[in-house]
Amino acid sequence: MSVDLEHYLVVGAILFATGLYLALAKRNFVGVLMGIELMFNAANLTFVAFSRFVQSDDPLSGHVFVIFAITVAAAEAATALALAVLLYRVRDTIDVDRIDLLRW
Amino acid sequence: MDDTGTVIAFWLLAVITVGSALMIVAVRNLIHAVVFMMVSFVGIAGLYLTLSADFVAVTQVLLYVGAISVLMLFAIVLTPGGSRDNAETFLRLPALALTVLLGATLAYVAIDTDWSLADRGGFTDTASAIGDALLGKYVLPFEIASVLLLAAMIGAIVLVRPEASIEEAEE
Repeated sequence: MSVDLEHYLVVGAILFATGLYLALAKRNFVGVLMGIELMFNAANLTFVAFSRFVQSDDPLSGHVFVIFAITVAAAEAATALALAVLLYRVRDTIDVDRIDLLRW
Repeated sequence: MDDTGTVIAFWLLAVITVGSALMIVAVRNLIHAVVFMMVSFVGIAGLYLTLSADFVAVTQVLLYVGAISVLMLFAIVLTPGGSRDNAETFLRLPALALTVLLGATLAYVAIDTDWSLADRGGFTDTASAIGDALLGKYVLPFEIASVLLLAAMIGAIVLVRPEASIEEAEE
């Protein structure tokens, strides 16, 4: 019994699918954002797993890429939550199914 | 990775991570969903540790568990008129079908592909090596990331200015 690359990849796949479901189906904007963060994390887990197990001249590149991905995720979360607060001021709701000004 | 401790740690952490990710979908209170998300992030940090990625694990705990989750709690508290029941929209069933298909496809591809594995064991002292890489080979992306963070910070401040200053700007 051992833990291999495939185990981590399957965990990453399940996390990514869960995050995608949250992003597509949740009504509250913060719920959607949680899904996006979960997808980021699934991708990062996959990067680190590949970095650990797969042949490469520079195996730590995966870790560096994950650091950059976390940076971008932090910037994205800050901006998106500011947008949520702004949206709430204008529309008094952040439920994505009630933000329908552009609906025909 | 064959030693028993790593195997037990992996399965425990995998169950915690995936279980609390599914609980984010299932619970009916948005605050509880954020708490389960924090548990899931801690589980992922543990998975990083089993992959001998200590620096990434610490960054994960600091940034995701410490910063982003708190930011989300703030956003929930600052928007009292939004739905608190963590409900789904009408897209629930199509999204469920799509994500089950996608997850199954990804998992199948991951298992079926013949990855070119290297048998080199875990990393040692990743922090200093990552620091060298960030200020050597990857110094340009590093600087661009700092500009990105500055832009995001200014953008967030400008977006959530008090209402009065927005009206002044519109007039």
